[in-house]
Amino acid sequence: MTTPGVDDAVREKRPVTERRLHPVTPLRRAWAPVAVVIGWAAHDPDQAQRQLTRLTTTTLLIALAVVVPAAALYGFLTWWFTHFAVTDTELRIRTGLVFRRTAHIRLERIQAIDVTQPLLARVAGVAKLKLDVIGTDKKDELAFLGAEEARTLRAELLARAAGFAPETAHEVGEAPSTQLLRVPPGVLAVSLVLSGATWGTLAAALVVPTVLWLATESVWTVLATAVPLFGAAGASSVGRFVTEYDWTVGEAPDGLRLDHGLLDRAHETVPPGRVQTVRIVEPLLWRRRGWVRVELDVAGSANSVLLPVAPREVAESVVTRVLPGVTVPAGAAVSRPPRRAARCVPVWWRGYGLAVTDAVFAARTGLLRRSLALVPHAKVQSVRLAQGPWQRLWGVADVHVDTGANKTVTARLRDAAEAAQLLRAQAARSRTGRRDARPDRWMA
Amino acid sequence: METGSPENTGTAGDERAVTEPEWTGLPPGLLRMRRLLLVVWLGLLAIGLALLLGTLAGPGWAAFALLPLALMAWGWVMIGRNWRSWRYAERADDLLISRGVLWREETVVPYGRMQLVEVTSGPVERHFGLASVQLHTAAAATDATIPGLDPAEAERLRDRLTELGEARSAGL
Repeated sequence: MTTPGVDDAVREKRPVTERRLHPVTPLRRAWAPVAVVIGWAAHDPDQAQRQLTRLTTTTLLIALAVVVPAAALYGFLTWWFTHFAVTDTELRIRTGLVFRRTAHIRLERIQAIDVTQPLLARVAGVAKLKLDVIGTDKKDELAFLGAEEARTLRAELLARAAGFAPETAHEVGEAPSTQLLRVPPGVLAVSLVLSGATWGTLAAALVVPTVLWLATESVWTVLATAVPLFGAAGASSVGRFVTEYDWTVGEAPDGLRLDHGLLDRAHETVPPGRVQTVRIVEPLLWRRRGWVRVELDVAGSANSVLLPVAPREVAESVVTRVLPGVTVPAGAAVSRPPRRAARCVPVWWRGYGLAVTDAVFAARTGLLRRSLALVPHAKVQSVRLAQGPWQRLWGVADVHVDTGANKTVTARLRDAAEAAQLLRAQAARSRTGRRDARPDRWMA
Repeated sequence: METGSPENTGTAGDERAVTEPEWTGLPPGLLRMRRLLLVVWLGLLAIGLALLLGTLAGPGWAAFALLPLALMAWGWVMIGRNWRSWRYAERADDLLISRGVLWREETVVPYGRMQLVEVTSGPVERHFGLASVQLHTAAAATDATIPGLDPAEAERLRDRLTELGEARSAGL
């Protein structure tokens, strides 16, 4: 009830100027009908052949004469009816031809804004603006804007969200960033060659169809399994190389800047203080070279990779910038579960570990592919202790720490007394979550 | 056995922990409701099975109807144990919920992290004068539900939790 009044007050001060997207926007879905036809033809070649022979030139021309203007009109109208406006507190997007949709996005709820440029968009000189907003599953996006316009709009939105005066907000411009690190393509390629996922999927793609061929001798079965398997193998090696190519990390006042991509360029920002979990992953074959991969979870964001590959010291310094005041616990500081945990999880119990410093809860899992998950105490939403009957027999228990990005970090198979103490202590630490909380290094 | 045998470290260590909070158990209403539902459903199943087997296969086969009755006796005990294991404690800054007999779970939710407190009551629960309180934080994995409370107590808890949550709000 109060909103119209507030809106009026805002409008009195400064008229809201509505803007349209870039005029190439109608073409963004032009490939869709073509893809549908190709997909149908590939799916059922005989049927397609028969249908094609029945088509005469005149019917084809008539179809084209109807379909092309109709599609063009639809594209034009959706573009014409899509407006966006930036007010002091909100970004408003009005869209929809038949089903109207008006989204009012409160600027202070924006977690991050990414600028991405798919390959064709790079050719056309336009870019897409993706908004990460708390509490929404779907990403709102503005596609497409002129590349320069996208950058200035992004800077303006972030400046307003940060509380700059509205008059000066659009003049603040993009905060300058200093480059911290750039992953050389050679290192990235070697790291992918050395990762188990690449070889695993490739081996599966070679072995499974061969076995199927020997068992069934049916070409179609083999093709139906081989194509998706080779697709997965390609995605985990070549696909990752293409997206993670030229990975650049820069530091700016509004967070860490990530630029990457060989064909599609992406320009992302990881806002400081919004990171819920950081995982430092160390595959077996990278260990000799001292390389690690850093992944992160941000509430309401899909960004998950911070560094595809980097030497450990460099990675740790970048982690320190994402989680201010946090030092990554050294390998020696991570304590293993008691020896009797082997009765619950044979062999692999050696991979589990826990370190609690005054800033983070760090839990390690994995024996070959080690992964150390760090949760700042301030991000812990709830703490749980779970103990099954077999675990109780051996006096061990699991401690789960739930974070806001719907991720749970688990310290597995701790000594039961230690786990109970950890539960209370962790709740106390998370409650304040302040860095100056008493140094509770009881794990030592 | 290795150092720190389970006898020493199990529940004994739990009891030793700092200051034991004031635990509150669940009112007997939930126990009554669950046992009644158990008796009604398994009783119906036993009667149905006995009639069906008695008429179709002969009276000897009707003895199989004793199976649901055995299940009922076992369930009666299990429900009692499970009900006794549920308890919660309101501490100065967080809420503790402890439950489970074989699979024990203890949850701590700081008041400042609560996003939403819900009181729910289904038709059967309402008939027995029961309500459950559910806490939501920003993490979906947080499973903090207290079932089978007296509606007045549930509302008191909800109001108190909301009030404490506002006072200690910490956001994301």
